[in-house]
Amino acid sequence: MAKINMTLVKTPMPEQDPMVRNCNFSEVSTGYTHQMAVEEANRCLNCKHKPCVAGCPVNIDIPNFIKSIVNENIEEAYNIITKTNSLPAICGRVCPQESQCELPCVRGIKGEPVAIGRLERYVADYMMAKETFTTDVQKPSVKKNKKVAIVGSGPAGLAAASDLCDMGYDVTIFEALHKAGGVLVYGIPEFRLPKEIVSKEIERLKTKGVKILLNMVIGKTISIAELHDEEGFDAIFVGTGAGLPNFMNIPGENLNGVYSANEFLTRVNLMKAYDPAYDTPVYFGKHVAVVGGGNVAMDAARAAKRLGAEHVSIVYRRSEKEMPARIEEVHHAKQEGIDFHLLTNPTKILGEKGWVKGMECVKMQLSEPGPDGRRRPEVIPGSEYILDVSSVIIAIGTSPNPLIKNTTSGLETNKWGCIIADQETGQTTIPYIFAGGDVVTGAATVILAMGAGKKAASAIDKYLDK
Amino acid sequence: MYKILEKKDLNNEVVYMKVDAPAVAKKCEPGQFIILRVNEQGERIPLTIEDYDREEGWVSIIFQKVGKTTYLLGTLNEQDYILDFVGPLGTASHTDGMKRVCVIGGGLGCAIAFPQAKKLYNNGAHVDIIAGFRNKDLVILQEEMKKVSTNYYLMTDDGSAGEKGLVTEKLKKLIEQGSNYDTVIAIGPVIMMKFVSLLTKEYGIKTIVSMNPIMIDGTGMCGGCRLTVGGETKFACVDGPDFDGHLVDFDSVLQRLSMYKEEENHKCNLFRGIE
Repeated sequence: MAKINMTLVKTPMPEQDPMVRNCNFSEVSTGYTHQMAVEEANRCLNCKHKPCVAGCPVNIDIPNFIKSIVNENIEEAYNIITKTNSLPAICGRVCPQESQCELPCVRGIKGEPVAIGRLERYVADYMMAKETFTTDVQKPSVKKNKKVAIVGSGPAGLAAASDLCDMGYDVTIFEALHKAGGVLVYGIPEFRLPKEIVSKEIERLKTKGVKILLNMVIGKTISIAELHDEEGFDAIFVGTGAGLPNFMNIPGENLNGVYSANEFLTRVNLMKAYDPAYDTPVYFGKHVAVVGGGNVAMDAARAAKRLGAEHVSIVYRRSEKEMPARIEEVHHAKQEGIDFHLLTNPTKILGEKGWVKGMECVKMQLSEPGPDGRRRPEVIPGSEYILDVSSVIIAIGTSPNPLIKNTTSGLETNKWGCIIADQETGQTTIPYIFAGGDVVTGAATVILAMGAGKKAASAIDKYLDK
Repeated sequence: MYKILEKKDLNNEVVYMKVDAPAVAKKCEPGQFIILRVNEQGERIPLTIEDYDREEGWVSIIFQKVGKTTYLLGTLNEQDYILDFVGPLGTASHTDGMKRVCVIGGGLGCAIAFPQAKKLYNNGAHVDIIAGFRNKDLVILQEEMKKVSTNYYLMTDDGSAGEKGLVTEKLKKLIEQGSNYDTVIAIGPVIMMKFVSLLTKEYGIKTIVSMNPIMIDGTGMCGGCRLTVGGETKFACVDGPDFDGHLVDFDSVLQRLSMYKEEENHKCNLFRGIE
């Protein structure tokens, strides 16, 4: 076995130069070479108690796949990962590894943890580059004579579909949009997650036997009850995400030039407004303000910059420390020239002839920690000022779409509109309906949604086996 | 892929298409709409369902060639395919309890007003239709609408067909003559719906308008179609497209509709080879 690489820092990820990449939509990080991957894999101590595995929401056997990289057997590494994770090329890119698998890594006690995410991505990309990737797929060896419907083709739905298909069920995914992938195609931009990767993963699922029906809005085109009673689906998994944009309810929000992040990103990502060959327009103007501090806000800001906005600002009411976005994304945004207006809260969007002309903001300060330990933002009196902006993108969160709830009697939701489901099984108040992902938890991460999809898949198997 | 079963030019600008879409036809109700995408590079645009046949599995749409997408759609012929066609979207029109109704269609709005008038008429309501157009060449659905109305009044701006005048003038006359409407349904240009609503407010007659703003997904996801109704923000795609005309803030709707006008004109002209 090769000698442990005791370097304290991760093997750096090759990246496009910030001032070049902020003008294109190609991927920011270009990925490890084989040599870099082996070098980084050699930093793993292969420790006995494997804290990384417990940190992974789908419990990938991390030390083992890294060992395969050390042995330069990438195919074996891929097989180990895909035992529990059906979308490694996606997770390797968008998982918040710093707060999951890499957080408890022993190498992180002194220095940086092993770059597990980058290694996962390397393995997946290596396999994906093969021409046979989408065609050479192991088909399920058993057939169970039962049908499962998956509503929504985002990460939760894809994970559930993959597992159920492997178990031998007849699986059909219903997608409302014209393209499968959910948030992976309409939300996360090309420069962070190339759409070709998503479509290859989906092609692979199809080869395995999963059917995907596009342009099907469940609750409108056909209801959940009809899928069950008339179309013969024995169980249904709802993974419809949190797609309803929240607005701030401040004056001026309906002016031309104000977008929800969902609309802005859908125009850019799904409808490819950045490509002149596509018809969908998008407006941004000279100075774009993005309100919010999460990954979606970073995505919107960086997309606006790439479209050609001269000046892009993030406006967030707390300080950088409280930002929910991944550190890497904040770092990338700063490198690309995005301005940060922290401890700043918009109070009014100003217009002229119906178009955005400016945004009135107040400065905020954080209170002493309350009983819950959280420091609340408070307005500093008399601190109003006007930010000179030509468009505003609101990225302050999303809620589940009420369409399924409103058209499925007996399906209960909580006060935030999230479907009530058993934490372990995903079973809802209607026994044959299971749910998981953002529609249950509210907006969260790709991997948590996938984890929920997997749990629900095994619960559906138990339910149908009875 | 969704096959075009039948295509007719209703006039120089307006096209009728019957599209094979069994899943949509099975569920749709008057007042609902579909979203379509002509080709891979195309936009998603909402169009209201004009008519449908559940057994034969088709849905018909009527559209006016105003932008690149509608021109492009207009170049397709019978037996061609539309890439994406999703629906039915939006909330179906509520027609319960309506007994004496005046249905007003302005221009292309007649295509949307038609299924509502048909449903009301078939349910036994007294239905007066006022159909307004710029001139005789733009008149559509005259025969169809006559069949589903108690009285049909045709109005043109220049008097080249029917009576000369605005739909609001006719409506005012009918109300003054004691038509005793319990509901007015107005569908057409935003400016027409605004003035109909202002008029009926004076007489205290419940008025329903149908909004057709800019949309992408049509399922409540983007919020692009938001409008202010009674001081609250609503999404036309899921809360509508029908709203109480006395509560809609029409001026901000007009403003939002103009958002992409410049770009739209440019792309449309390029497509038509005008520039």
